[in-house]
Amino acid sequence: MIEFLKANWADILSHIGQHLWLVFISIAIAVAIALPVGILITRRQRLRAPVLAIANVMQTIPSLALFGFLIPLPFIGGIGPRTAIVALVFYALLPIIRNTVTGILGIDKSVREAAVAMGMTDRQVLLQVELPLAMSVILTGVRVAVVITIGVAIIAAEVGAGGLGEYIFRGLRLNDNRLLLAGAVPSALMALIADFGIGVIEKRFDTSAKRTGKRSRRILVWLIAALVLMTIGFVSWRGLRARSTAPANRGHVTVGSKDFTESILLAEIAAQMLEAQNVEVDRRFDLGGNLAHSALVGGQIDLYPEYTGTAFTAILHHQPITDPKAVYDQVKTEYNSQFHLWISPPLGFDNTFAILVRGEDARRLNLRTISDAAKYATQWHAGFGHDFMVRADGYDGFSRAYALRFAGVSDMSLDLTYTALASRQVDMIAGNSTDGRIAALDLVQLEDDRRYFPPYEAVFIVRKDVQSNTDLETVMTKLAGAISTDEMRKLNYEVDGAKRDKKNVVHEWLVKKGFIQ
Amino acid sequence: MLSSTNNDPLVEFRDVSYAVNGGRPIIDRLSLQVTQGETLVLLGESGCGKTTTLRLVNRLLTPTAGEILVEGKATTEWDVIRLRRRTGYVIQEAGLFPHFTVAENVSLVPSLEKWDHDRIANRVSELLLLVGLEPKQFVDRYPRELSGGQKQRVGVARALAADPPLLLMDEPFGALDPLTRASLQKEFAELKSRLKKTVIFVTHDVREALQLGSRIALMDKGQIVLLEEPKGFVKSENKLARAYLETLSEPRAVAGG
Repeated sequence: MIEFLKANWADILSHIGQHLWLVFISIAIAVAIALPVGILITRRQRLRAPVLAIANVMQTIPSLALFGFLIPLPFIGGIGPRTAIVALVFYALLPIIRNTVTGILGIDKSVREAAVAMGMTDRQVLLQVELPLAMSVILTGVRVAVVITIGVAIIAAEVGAGGLGEYIFRGLRLNDNRLLLAGAVPSALMALIADFGIGVIEKRFDTSAKRTGKRSRRILVWLIAALVLMTIGFVSWRGLRARSTAPANRGHVTVGSKDFTESILLAEIAAQMLEAQNVEVDRRFDLGGNLAHSALVGGQIDLYPEYTGTAFTAILHHQPITDPKAVYDQVKTEYNSQFHLWISPPLGFDNTFAILVRGEDARRLNLRTISDAAKYATQWHAGFGHDFMVRADGYDGFSRAYALRFAGVSDMSLDLTYTALASRQVDMIAGNSTDGRIAALDLVQLEDDRRYFPPYEAVFIVRKDVQSNTDLETVMTKLAGAISTDEMRKLNYEVDGAKRDKKNVVHEWLVKKGFIQ
Repeated sequence: MLSSTNNDPLVEFRDVSYAVNGGRPIIDRLSLQVTQGETLVLLGESGCGKTTTLRLVNRLLTPTAGEILVEGKATTEWDVIRLRRRTGYVIQEAGLFPHFTVAENVSLVPSLEKWDHDRIANRVSELLLLVGLEPKQFVDRYPRELSGGQKQRVGVARALAADPPLLLMDEPFGALDPLTRASLQKEFAELKSRLKKTVIFVTHDVREALQLGSRIALMDKGQIVLLEEPKGFVKSENKLARAYLETLSEPRAVAGG
């Protein structure tokens, strides 16, 4: 752990900075919106219920769903910090609005009446009486909002906004507790410190509490508050600078990847190949869903590994077809005309759905193809990932193509299906053909003898306008046909099974294949 | 007899009615003149409209019919902020600002009127002495560090701060314990004769009404049913007035004091 911290402290600090920056900007915007709205609805009673209802609903939207809504939107959507901030602001609004209303309406009626009767203007009543007296309640709202925001900002890593979530998601994916802790401990501390710090300021505004000190004590508290704010601001500013000095397309290449091991390995292969040519490489890995594609089209990354079948169905929205050559050609043509993107030659392996059974069953029942297994299916329980259950080339068509009827089907997490199969909870699963666990758990892939599954050949997708001192297309073409399905399985296993460092695994492989010295 | 010889009324109600959203009128065609320098007491049970009447004067409420003239000008014609700053207002809960010190509370209107610093400080000391609080001891205290009687004294000082000709008081001593109330009533009786302010004073306590009022307006269901000086009030045959007076052991003695 100490070794890990020694090696990564600078990186951890910069992630903490990013996290603070996200939280600070989001809270600043949320306060700027929520405070006036809260004040407005204390004066327009008819607006109160609907506004609070809307804020309530905003807060109940699951954060991942909210990101899903936001990504396609212009101006506030896309990937990166902007989308994350919009979502964080949404979550922070409710507690601040609600507490502004509660705080102002909770002021002793006789105090407000006296203020009005003394001849204070509306503005003076608000600024000199209502806001100061409601301040401790409003600050409670801000405190709740800050703590929520620190938590939700973890999810921001999913849209490529950085922050401590990057460690947590990486840690979860790699089952690495050091990474998990590197994300979780600082964010938990941040939440505790914010909770305590704002709580202290809050108490100073609480007029029911006994105030022992005099003016000078109050000034001291304000000084401390100002100092804390300045520190946050400074860290934020550094975070901002760290961000703004690292955009894509400044004479170096930004390599992206999707959020699973194989994609990261392929991206790492591309990155090290480029670095061997003295190209400066930025890594923006771990982009979930179709984020990598949006980022590539948006120019935030310059290349990432993709599968022809995914490009064909999920991006170009065609019905799945089974001829690999036809799929590749059409993807290449349409990506060129629609997005001005270049597709590398296939890397050699096909990461399609692999219909898997236990090795012992395959040997005992002499199963080689899916058709062979069809007659046993009525006694079998199948376990399929959520994705497989819903996609166009998934369960529905698959069961129809082979006339399969199972005793039962479980819709579960893809990762868990492997262990479920090995431990006899289920009897057939649809895994990824390159998954390292196939060999490790003695599973057997049944041949798709009716050629139902469309091809998922791995390729690199590259922007055509990258300014680099080396020709990306030439470098990527060197990898044509270089990785067999077996080799990819082994690489995956090295990382997922043997828990080895990705960079080292990739480096060894590249050296072994003679791509680099 | 009336203590002032000035003929112009400071406050005049002309056939004033007030109702909320077309409901039953809370004030029902009320007419009344308040002469300069007098203390007019509005006496009645809760719900009779006495507090509403008071709140119409500084336009915390606006009449639904008729008009109220203050210094000869209808309240709806006044710049409402000016009207309120020329009208002292004291309420039962004092309504002090809990986040202001005693000095800041007292100097509220002078500060709003942008008096200079020294003038404000002098005025605060003067007023605190006037209401019987030692300035050095009290200026930096917060309202929660004061007793009920002290809060009410500060409330009176605040109302007097900018030397308004008119003082509106809504049961200012109602929430105090009997001993404190008695001493504040006594002090206030002396204070008002010294300051020569015009006061409209709301109470449901007939003893207080007899002790402080130069005239007593007995209110019922939004109307004035009897308007008399204390000596006339104790002799009145009005049923409601008699009911009030029966609660006192020696009404004539109170009125004489």
